[in-house]
Amino acid sequence: MTVAGATRFVVPESHRVTARRRLAALVMGVLLGAATLLAASLLVVIIGYVVVRGLPALNLAFFTDRPRPFGVEGGGVAPAILGSLEMGAIAALIAVPIGLGAAIFASEYRAGRWAGAVRFCAELIAGLPSVAVGVFVWAFLVRSVIGSYAGVAGALALAVIMIPIVARTVEEVLRLVPSGLREAGLALGAPRWRVILMIVLPTARAGIVTAVVLAVARAAGETAPLMLTALGNVFFNFDPLRPMAALPLQIYQYAVSPYDDWHAKAWGSSLVLVAAIAVLAVSLRLVTRSRSR
Amino acid sequence: MITLRRPEAGPAVPAEPTPHGRRANAIRVEHLDAYYGTHRAIGGVTFDVAAGTVTAIIGPSGCGKSTLVRCINRMHEVTPGAYARGSVFVGDVDVYSPYADPVAVRSIVGMVFQKPNPFPMMSVYENVAAGPRLRGWRLSRREMDDLVERNLLRAALWDEVKDKLHRSGAALSGGQQQRLCIARALATGPSVLLMDEPCSALDPIATYRIEELMRELSREVTIVIVTHNMQQASRVSEFTAFLLAGEDGVGRLVEFGTTEELFTTPKDERTEAYITGRFG
Amino acid sequence: MTSRADRVFAWSVGALALLVPLTLLGIALLLLVDAWPSVARYGLSFLVTTEWDPVKLVFGAGGYVFGTLVTTAIAILLAAPVAIGASVFLVEYAPRLVRGPLAFLIEVLAYIPSIVYGLWGFFVLVPFMRTTVEPALQGTLGGVPLLGALFSGPVVGLDLLTGGLVLAIMILPIILAIAREVVSAVPSAQREGMLALGATRWETVSRAVLPYARAGIVGAAVLGVARAFGETMAVTMVVGNSSTDISPSLFTPGYTLASAIANQFTEADSELYFSAIVEIALVLLLVAIVVNAAARVLIRRTGAAREGMIL
Repeated sequence: MTVAGATRFVVPESHRVTARRRLAALVMGVLLGAATLLAASLLVVIIGYVVVRGLPALNLAFFTDRPRPFGVEGGGVAPAILGSLEMGAIAALIAVPIGLGAAIFASEYRAGRWAGAVRFCAELIAGLPSVAVGVFVWAFLVRSVIGSYAGVAGALALAVIMIPIVARTVEEVLRLVPSGLREAGLALGAPRWRVILMIVLPTARAGIVTAVVLAVARAAGETAPLMLTALGNVFFNFDPLRPMAALPLQIYQYAVSPYDDWHAKAWGSSLVLVAAIAVLAVSLRLVTRSRSR
Repeated sequence: MITLRRPEAGPAVPAEPTPHGRRANAIRVEHLDAYYGTHRAIGGVTFDVAAGTVTAIIGPSGCGKSTLVRCINRMHEVTPGAYARGSVFVGDVDVYSPYADPVAVRSIVGMVFQKPNPFPMMSVYENVAAGPRLRGWRLSRREMDDLVERNLLRAALWDEVKDKLHRSGAALSGGQQQRLCIARALATGPSVLLMDEPCSALDPIATYRIEELMRELSREVTIVIVTHNMQQASRVSEFTAFLLAGEDGVGRLVEFGTTEELFTTPKDERTEAYITGRFG
Repeated sequence: MTSRADRVFAWSVGALALLVPLTLLGIALLLLVDAWPSVARYGLSFLVTTEWDPVKLVFGAGGYVFGTLVTTAIAILLAAPVAIGASVFLVEYAPRLVRGPLAFLIEVLAYIPSIVYGLWGFFVLVPFMRTTVEPALQGTLGGVPLLGALFSGPVVGLDLLTGGLVLAIMILPIILAIAREVVSAVPSAQREGMLALGATRWETVSRAVLPYARAGIVGAAVLGVARAFGETMAVTMVVGNSSTDISPSLFTPGYTLASAIANQFTEADSELYFSAIVEIALVLLLVAIVVNAAARVLIRRTGAAREGMIL
């Protein structure tokens, strides 16, 4: 048998790759690629609309002024931006200790079954329809305790939505802290709580901060629960016990209105919301990535 | 000439052993270079593997011995960024011919990996039948049953699994899983079986059974085994290739010869240093 | 030696963590209490009768259940194949250079608030459906027996079909992101085992990767179903909200369970009316818990690296 110079490629027929198999591979490759292209382009289209229609609406008054009465052009959505920030901040005050506690519990005290149960419950809360959370907070606070729609009720609804996000994201961040650091601390004779507070949390600080801010941003995009709790407001209001405006509510109210100027402001508000979330998501990724390397 | 019977011809015996002339080359590797991106993992490797023998590839970690066997059936290039230069012939099939189809190359060469990797969603039976089914061989139920049984017998696994053919392949012990992978690789009747440290994840008893199996199988298929275990190489192989990475990180073939010679009277002092345990 | 301080710290962390299950329990209990008048009065028939009349004080959520099932089914049927196909492409086919950025882009898109999808649906998709897609569907398939019934009636754009479509676009990145994690978690030994048998890339995917990842992929799709089922704003803005009739036409301007709450919550002026709406929320809650629990179990089984990822 000669080997030298053999450039033909001959394989016994039983082991050749049939044309049908080749065609199937090609067709499926193309189909899978097309699915990716479809997914990516759909999402590009949506972002594109938000940017193109939202940008023209942005000006100084958009960020500083309050909404005008029906049919009057101009004005801005400042109360909604401030309301979203204030409710986000109050929600963070409620959700961060709980979420952080759950994360430390799950990551540092891997107490087996209990840690798993807490994590599972967090996932279930994350999966709740946000409108059901709104109904709960309405029944819990708005109906009797406060007696009216209020910013703090909106904040509580957002807090319920934030808790699982903080808990799970921070847990991921804490897991990126090398266990060698913990062991080094324990080996120095430091008690466990000091190791967690002085070594683990500071090491993961940047990640924790970004996770919290991202959770605020994610919750700040919620609309349905706020409709049932904060209600909305066209005036500046910083009193958490009274109805409060929020960006998503403003988007909804403007979108279903009959005025072009308000439609433009709805797109503008969407752009602000999406941009904030995108920036925070990117920074969270940069933080977790640099840590994991 | 590698002989692979078509299942349509006569009784469906695609895996029937083929007598090889002892002197014929089953594999020829010529000036083979393999790269991962810009890093050259092996360089200028040339050797022949005689048909119907067991050839061991030994060398310290990182010398490129796994890369070398993966080049023989073009599995090397599956790693993103990896490619190879040079030529390899399996029988008279030019593996790196510009016309070559890597998928077809892999279907005439069997391979067994470091960790047993039976398909867990397939039964023992389906694992063995996977290769023939991929190729679309039109076998009757009976013929397929025969083929599965015969190859499980060849892999010395039949007696242990004949009552659980339809359980998941992942339910077997580690050693059984590895023998199932051998049966799976044999089922399409390859002339060459590549084994990449097949025993490194197994206990000594399972290792012993696989070594025994290799000696039996070598009458029917040509086996190339990568091992970091020199005792294993000396126990199972007739020929041994010693690979060593130079200071540039490129693995090169230092010595190739009969296993007996290489382990008793090595020609190269680096070989001697390695087999006497002075490094690696 | 565990010090006292250590124990105090551990207990306080544990107490904070305990608030998580307590929150879940609190929500479920309070909704149950408030829904009780309606639960006691209608029992299971609440879910199947379709008369919803606040004036006569008769409440049956069957129409809303129907609308939810139809929109969710449309969403998952459209989104799951595309999302799963794209996730396979990203892991198994795409060059490394585009894989990371593309996957990240899609993950960010999973974060976009549903109100933005609603806004886009309302101003872009609804007119497009009304002027182009729905007339075309009616023109081509409208005459086909049986199938035609799906596309009968006046074309308004605000209907179950558009609602399902917006939901599909919304859950697409969610299913994609999780399915991608699941497919990435398939050990490369499985791929190599199949490739070494002489499989083409598609055969490797279809015979080794997908079977191995099956449970997790189903889990990803189930999570998408859960999201579509409870989604409120995006659907509310495009689904029509005017008919509780059960009609075969996808062009019916219907309600979903969630959009019924959003539209009517502030109008509930009697105890029974309110209680009926809370019962809808309770139904959403229970379904969400069951479906999410199932999905998590499925995803966890495949050992995806970030099985707990929250989207």
